[in-house]
Amino acid sequence: MTRSIIGCSLMAALVATLSTAAPAADMAIHLQSTTSTKNSGFYDYLLPRFKKETGITVHVIAVGTGQAIRNTRNCDGDVLLTHIKADEEKFVAEGYGAKRYRLMYNDYVIVGPASDPAKISGLKATSTALKKIATSKSLFASRGDNSGTHKREKLLWKTSGISPTAASGTWYRETGAGMGTTLNIAVGMASYTLTDRASWVAFKNKYDFKIHVAGDKTLFNQYGVILVNPQKCPKTKVRAGQKFIDWLLSSKGQTTIRNFRKNGQQLFFPNAE
Amino acid sequence: MQEFSDALLLAFELIFSGDKDLIEIIGLSLRVSLTAMVVACALGLPLGAILAISRFRGRRPVLVILNALMGLPPVVVGLLVYLHLSRAGPMGSFGLLYTPTAMIIAQVILILPIIAALSRQILEDLNAEYAEQFLSLSVPRRAVISALLWDGRYALMTVALAGFGRAIAEVGAVIIVGGNIDHLTRVMTSAIALETSKGDLPLALALGFVLLLIAFAVNAAVMSLRLTTGRYANV
Repeated sequence: MTRSIIGCSLMAALVATLSTAAPAADMAIHLQSTTSTKNSGFYDYLLPRFKKETGITVHVIAVGTGQAIRNTRNCDGDVLLTHIKADEEKFVAEGYGAKRYRLMYNDYVIVGPASDPAKISGLKATSTALKKIATSKSLFASRGDNSGTHKREKLLWKTSGISPTAASGTWYRETGAGMGTTLNIAVGMASYTLTDRASWVAFKNKYDFKIHVAGDKTLFNQYGVILVNPQKCPKTKVRAGQKFIDWLLSSKGQTTIRNFRKNGQQLFFPNAE
Repeated sequence: MQEFSDALLLAFELIFSGDKDLIEIIGLSLRVSLTAMVVACALGLPLGAILAISRFRGRRPVLVILNALMGLPPVVVGLLVYLHLSRAGPMGSFGLLYTPTAMIIAQVILILPIIAALSRQILEDLNAEYAEQFLSLSVPRRAVISALLWDGRYALMTVALAGFGRAIAEVGAVIIVGGNIDHLTRVMTSAIALETSKGDLPLALALGFVLLLIAFAVNAAVMSLRLTTGRYANV
């Protein structure tokens, strides 16, 4: 008898874990954003500070910029924080976003194995580096997922006069994955790849990888923030969302962004207008 | 292999330090997957029983489809549920996207075919043994179903565990409909995916060990239930 009671109470304990319902989130907004901001720990640092001041919880859905915009088009977010100016402006022009605000920037870098098979280390011009990678047929891992970083990478190839997709599957390898996964793959097969600096600094599986190319103005990476237009998406939490944006753009928010450090490095540089 | 031993060590540290975030994530994983298992059993076991004892035209194709659905890809389920629950979707007004409820719905859809198909096979075999008795006593259908479910309960527990295993181990569906939001919809598998993408492989692997341990604990709990009730029944 006691045994069956133990058994029943075990089952009851299991069922008890099921029944605790999620607390209602009244003052909460959904932020559709990029993996670079999330994986670097930026939001873990930023959002508690915002919550302390306003009581508003921000739930982050971190996906590629392309998917973030798609999700927001479906009204599945209140605020969009991404890094492809052209797509963001299109998003606003089509009426999905109310207004795009310039928020902060950092830069892209080309990383690769220490052996540097294409001999690009220290090159100033991105286009020269990409040409050397292509002519030496050195492995290059592309995001291949229509994210902000992927779109920038395609643009960089185009301005270098190279069409790498012709070599897709040989030296040009499209992972179709997020930045972290692509970095893991790049490290695994010792290939070059383009990454934003925030993702790179925070990434832990670097092995012998180094930054080879950085500092070219074509590698500038601007982040923008947009409130979803309530006329397209009536359920948008306008007040809380606008409060979040106002705070980010305020001198307090900008200082908070400036003070964020990862491994002793500043990852985002505020430049709100 | 250095990483392997690092991860094992880290897993023990995580468990014994009682890390608050980890406990929260484990709690949500269990809540989501056990609820999905219970709901899927509540729907799937009767469905399996009805299919086991019913004979109708087109039964064979139905069974083939049901069996095939056991291989439903989690990402596809996630995508379908996302499209329905999205604020722009037909059920958007419920505001369920990016909540644990959405994750439960996705997992129920994922494991319902497993529960129904496996229980159908078990109960059909059992029914073959009992068929003559049922017939001679002209037992009503409803009583046949409950008798089969009761007598097959131990085998059906394993079916439930198979469904639970599938639910707790999948990441494709929960990451799409849950969004892997910290302190809201992050479960073990999506946390592992996140840590892997951060390149923190030892932590990712350590979380994997913890997940295995959870599965082990749940299985042990159900098994002990079976042993204790089994002994009680034999006394």
